[in-house]
Amino acid sequence: MSALKIKKGTTSKSAYNLRSNYDDLIERHTLAVLVANEPGVLARVIGLFSGRGYNIESLTVAEVEQDGHTSRITIVTTGTPQVIEQIKAQLGRIVPVYEVHDLTVEGPSVERELSLFKVSGTGEKRVEALRLADVFRANVVDSTLTNFTFEVVGSPEKIDAFAELMRPLGLSEMARTGVAALSRGYLKIK
Amino acid sequence: MAQIMSGAKMVVQALIDQGVDTVFGYPGGAVLPIYDEIFQQNSIKHFLVRHEQGAVHAAEGYARSTGKPGVVLVTSGPGATNAVTGLTDALMDSVPIIVMTGQVPTFMIGSDAFQEADTIGITRPCTKHNWLVKDTEELAETLHTAFHVAKTGRPGPVLVDIPKDVQFADGTYKGPSKVKSHYQPKVKGDLKAITELVEAMENAKKPIFYTGGGVINSGPAASQLLRELVAGTNFPITSTLMGLGSYPAKGENWLGMLGMHGLYEANMAMHDCDLMINIGARFDDRITGRLDAFSPGSIKAHVDIDPSSINKVIRVDIPIVGDVGHVLEDLLNVWKSRGRKTQNKDLKAWWGQIDIWRKVRCLDYKADTKTIKPQYALERLEALTKDHDRFITTEVGQHQMWAAQYLGFNDPNRWMTSGGLGTMGYGFPASIGVQVAHPDSLVINVAGEASWLMNMQEMGTAMQYGLPVKQFILNNERLGMVRQWQELLHGERYSQSWSESLPDFVKLAEAFGAKGILCSDPEDLDDAIIEMLKHNGPVIFDCAVEKHENCFPMIPSGKAHNEMLLGDASTDGAIDAAGSVLV
Ligand SMILES: Cc1ncc(C[n+]2csc(CCOP(=O)(O)OP(=O)(O)O)c2C)c(N)n1
Ligand SMILES: [Mg+2]
Repeated sequence: MSALKIKKGTTSKSAYNLRSNYDDLIERHTLAVLVANEPGVLARVIGLFSGRGYNIESLTVAEVEQDGHTSRITIVTTGTPQVIEQIKAQLGRIVPVYEVHDLTVEGPSVERELSLFKVSGTGEKRVEALRLADVFRANVVDSTLTNFTFEVVGSPEKIDAFAELMRPLGLSEMARTGVAALSRGYLKIK
Repeated sequence: MAQIMSGAKMVVQALIDQGVDTVFGYPGGAVLPIYDEIFQQNSIKHFLVRHEQGAVHAAEGYARSTGKPGVVLVTSGPGATNAVTGLTDALMDSVPIIVMTGQVPTFMIGSDAFQEADTIGITRPCTKHNWLVKDTEELAETLHTAFHVAKTGRPGPVLVDIPKDVQFADGTYKGPSKVKSHYQPKVKGDLKAITELVEAMENAKKPIFYTGGGVINSGPAASQLLRELVAGTNFPITSTLMGLGSYPAKGENWLGMLGMHGLYEANMAMHDCDLMINIGARFDDRITGRLDAFSPGSIKAHVDIDPSSINKVIRVDIPIVGDVGHVLEDLLNVWKSRGRKTQNKDLKAWWGQIDIWRKVRCLDYKADTKTIKPQYALERLEALTKDHDRFITTEVGQHQMWAAQYLGFNDPNRWMTSGGLGTMGYGFPASIGVQVAHPDSLVINVAGEASWLMNMQEMGTAMQYGLPVKQFILNNERLGMVRQWQELLHGERYSQSWSESLPDFVKLAEAFGAKGILCSDPEDLDDAIIEMLKHNGPVIFDCAVEKHENCFPMIPSGKAHNEMLLGDASTDGAIDAAGSVLV
């Protein structure tokens, strides 16, 4: 995949030149957006996605730098390359947005998500759930006579896989935080 | 030296320090402290409109005719919601506007208090940015930042919501020089890309400049540079509705406006060119027509200050993010330093082709001796006013397109029309704002009767301040543009597109104490227009025109530039099923 990166206020290269195949292929991208931690900034970001019809697969936000009043929003989104470029450029237009990074194209990155699963069952199923939890390095954070609550941390795919396995074993509830992501390399985002 | 003052006083002080001398507004409970301060000073003149929508459009007219931001002050709740159409209009057309709204006191926010509305929530998608100020200590800084954001980069409307207790409380005032904003969009274009564009220009056989409102927003110097570039290269130039005037209509290389109701030669040249140089335009759907057939054989360059405009609808080969003025300056310098090269022989052939298209004379219409054709009315208006120091605003509809086609604009900032949003009711209040900024100039609003009625209450404003705006209404007793689409697209079923029960416009003018003129005979038209021009005060000119005239040329929805309709004869089955879902 080509490295097309739109920094706030600049498009260094044309998407047209860089992507030979600019068709309807849907891609999944993880974006890291650094924003001023001011009221309403999350509403602006979400309003942009709903107003322009972009997808949000997951979105997380928290303050990451208290002195600088900076928050970091991690968005997982899907779209054609052209739509992804638009999303980044549109995010860049929001006045309290400082930086937009596309972790999917800016070198390797790690993605982690935390999830909680409540699995209700007895007998064989209960034992099997516990065994699989062990394989997935899930922690038992709560248990009753009929329920386990597991905590699983990992890539979204790992969490999806765990959910699939738990379903026949009595999965009754689940909660996911959404993805937090960091680039691995030298890219220095505050 | 810290200056302690009330929030209300800070508002006035901040406006003064930002060089503002004109505010359009309407008072109410939540802004009374600010109005009290306005009462006690003479630096800022407040114009009382008759509806808050009118205030924002007036501020737009003021801004677009001066290049300075327009300022609006309205109350909470209904005052704020009435401003929403104007804000959206200004956002779509990139007009720098600062709207200040009153809000219920901070301790009542969220309680469904009297005249409380979630103004920030409502206006978030229709402003470039907005702020709720919860502490008087932050008010001055927020106001200065608001001006900075509205004017910087791609201009746009901003809103500052000021609760009443924040207006009453004391705080420390900060001047503009003490306020730093991280918001600093890039204005210089990438030199490598600019050089690429120059190379493309040197080799182009069939180039065209396609310019837009960005040239005008960049300031008069940008228009000057554009003229130099066009004269130097001898490339043809067309412009969007928003960009009219940046290159003079009387200039030799001018092809006229392009787009849905653009000129034949402009659209054909766009379709057939081999190098399209988009300067400060945004490939709007009114311009491009059918996307997959849009100028299929050309290399496309795009200069825009907003990175999100690049590759949004049309993929371009040479993107240049930067302010038009800065980029044009560099472009000219690079082109000159490389020896001012163009393909002269090919250009000559290209102009030969363009001349053939021009011979189609796409703006010709069937003249009539009994009824006034709207095109004729505008031709006469043009002939009788073109030597005046003239500003034109319009409403939205057929008359707007005819005005764009038949009036000539030779300078930037002389043409104010609602392009992106297409807001009926824009033109009259906008003309008021223009007249406020240019008290001695001729300001004409070319209107349709239906649009004009949408903000006709502003007659009161025009009268109160003695603003001699001329309301030139092309009265076809129809929602003409709607009627035209129904004719072409909906089997001539004219659903609700009549203007029923129209007022007697002459009496209406007189009821406000203004002058009314009715003209329905082509023979009387010149005298009537002259009478309008001579009258030193607001005039409502009721020009009774042909009721069923259609606006041509027209690129039907879903069609390409080279599939233009030139006249009524060509309209049968012009729009297919796929095109009819488009607007
Ligand atoms: C506020 C608003 N409502 C509806 C429309 C849709 N619309 C576009 S043109 C038009 C008719 C305008 O009629 P008029 O002002 O008489 O102009 P004409 O086309 O007859 O010249 C309408 C209803 C609009 N543009 N704006
Ligand atoms: Mg009409």
